Amino acid sequence: MSSIANLERITLQVRRDILRMVHSVNSGHPGGSLGCTELFVALYNEILDLNEGFDMDGENEDIFFLSNGHISPVFYSVLARKGFFPISELKTFRKLNSRLQGHPTTHEKLPGVRVASGSLGQGISVAIGSALSKKLNNDNKLVYVLVGDGELQEGQNWEAIMFASAKKIDNLILCVDLNGKQIDGSTSEVLPIGNLKIKFEAFGWKVLDIENGNSLKSIIEKLKEAKRETNKKLPICLLIKTEMGNGVDFMMNTHEWHGVAPNDEQLEIALSQNPETLGDY
Amino acid sequence: MNGYTYTELKDTRSGFGDGLTELGRKNKNVVALCADLTGSLKMNQFKIENPKRFFQVGIAEANMMGIAAGLTIGGKIPFTGTFANFSTGRVYDQIRQSIAYSGKNVKICASHAGLTLGEDGATHQILEDIGLMKMLPGMTVINTCDYNQTKLATLKIAEHEGPVYLRFGRPKVPNFTNLEQKFEIGKGILLNEGNDVTIVATGHLVWESIIAGRKLSDMGISAEIINIHTIKPIDKKIILKSINKSRCLVSAEEHNFLGGLGESISRVLTENDPVPQEFVATNDTFGESGSPSKLMKKYGLDSNSIVKAVKKVLLRK
Repeated sequence: MSSIANLERITLQVRRDILRMVHSVNSGHPGGSLGCTELFVALYNEILDLNEGFDMDGENEDIFFLSNGHISPVFYSVLARKGFFPISELKTFRKLNSRLQGHPTTHEKLPGVRVASGSLGQGISVAIGSALSKKLNNDNKLVYVLVGDGELQEGQNWEAIMFASAKKIDNLILCVDLNGKQIDGSTSEVLPIGNLKIKFEAFGWKVLDIENGNSLKSIIEKLKEAKRETNKKLPICLLIKTEMGNGVDFMMNTHEWHGVAPNDEQLEIALSQNPETLGDY
Repeated sequence: MNGYTYTELKDTRSGFGDGLTELGRKNKNVVALCADLTGSLKMNQFKIENPKRFFQVGIAEANMMGIAAGLTIGGKIPFTGTFANFSTGRVYDQIRQSIAYSGKNVKICASHAGLTLGEDGATHQILEDIGLMKMLPGMTVINTCDYNQTKLATLKIAEHEGPVYLRFGRPKVPNFTNLEQKFEIGKGILLNEGNDVTIVATGHLVWESIIAGRKLSDMGISAEIINIHTIKPIDKKIILKSINKSRCLVSAEEHNFLGGLGESISRVLTENDPVPQEFVATNDTFGESGSPSKLMKKYGLDSNSIVKAVKKVLLRK
């Protein structure tokens, strides 16, 4: 089986996990999770250079931070499917005494998570700190961070974006999920974020675009290109156009599924569009 | 009590700066971040000696707190430096999520706390920071009283695993504690034994308590004086032992009575051994411009205010 075909099988299963997780607790954020499924599958299975097991310090391995913590379902599913913790634990998502909190946290010591996120706008700063730590430790592995496009409305991001280029944080790859949607509507309705490419370039970043952020092939190619651009005195930004709710026809082309779980009937339809490949949890 | 004397006035922030410099020499994992107040925080020497371990983040405190959290991943021990106002209220959510909830080993070092910041006025004179910080689960809160104690605290918190809020101030004040004394997080220091009243003070109010103790002694009142540098976790033992004898207490701090040391003590008393308590603290108010000494007098944070509070609490015994 080709590598892409294998990743596609994982992607289908992760989609099922996301849908079943949010359905079982009638809460959580399926839209952004589904939109970023290909990105997470590509990162954890093809791009990140990871050590065996989980170590908080992440020395001599790549580190990934999720800033838009509300898309925890995709993060948890991909971590579990990669072996960070038992797949069966996905059934505890958002339930009492679970390590799989509504938003990711280190508090319950879930392997794979290095900082709490959920309150938006904090992840780039944390990733910069981690990247600086790697430089001090002469560790040449990379730091990745994902933010949502709506999240860039938070001011702290721009403090961090200014800092990263000024201090030449060139072991950092920032992924921006450009799905154009947020809770109250489209980003253009709520608060237009303008031309991000121009903005990031004006802030001194190297910017790469992924036109089809739901194509595993495109993502992998561009992430590999981004890696080649590291260590050149510039932080790297990947603007990744994704479709919120991707893979479930009635969840696409709308912001309505940002933070709403499907009912029984909707779940059945959604799952029928994403056949089981690796076994449900 | 008369044994407490000093040869020089020194600012607590210099105790932080000198402690940080010493840490820079002996612990290679210590890194420092500052938001455009390197001189005010006395971080220059650390910066000169450790240019790669010093991060100037500019006027961007939220980013500084996040970067500090990230630096801990990989084993660094970050010390952030800015004014107390910008170390707490301005960045509360960053501290709450990225540092406290995430359990990161960040040392939040805050200068210019309280009224003694002086002429800059209420925008910069935070009187709520102890409350903000002690409310965060897992956060250790320390407020030091002079140069020597601040230096010792700075050295000590590097050894402590977990987030710490270290609060100190701007003005030069008597440097009277002993540098040879052991600094133990969570352990109060008995400064003077007495029988009639217990005075528990923190920060700049510790020296004022010693002055008050002398005045009280002249009046025939014997005051037991305790220096509480760690507000969280509070040293219950030393407080309860003292009030077991004195049966009344005055708390003294450069902070709002809401959320401060006094409230922490009240809880210890009500849960264990309720005795009358009076509060020397600001009374739910903002500060204003003025010289530190005039401000402390106007807002009732000097030795005379402590004496007055003692007289009041003695009547309630």
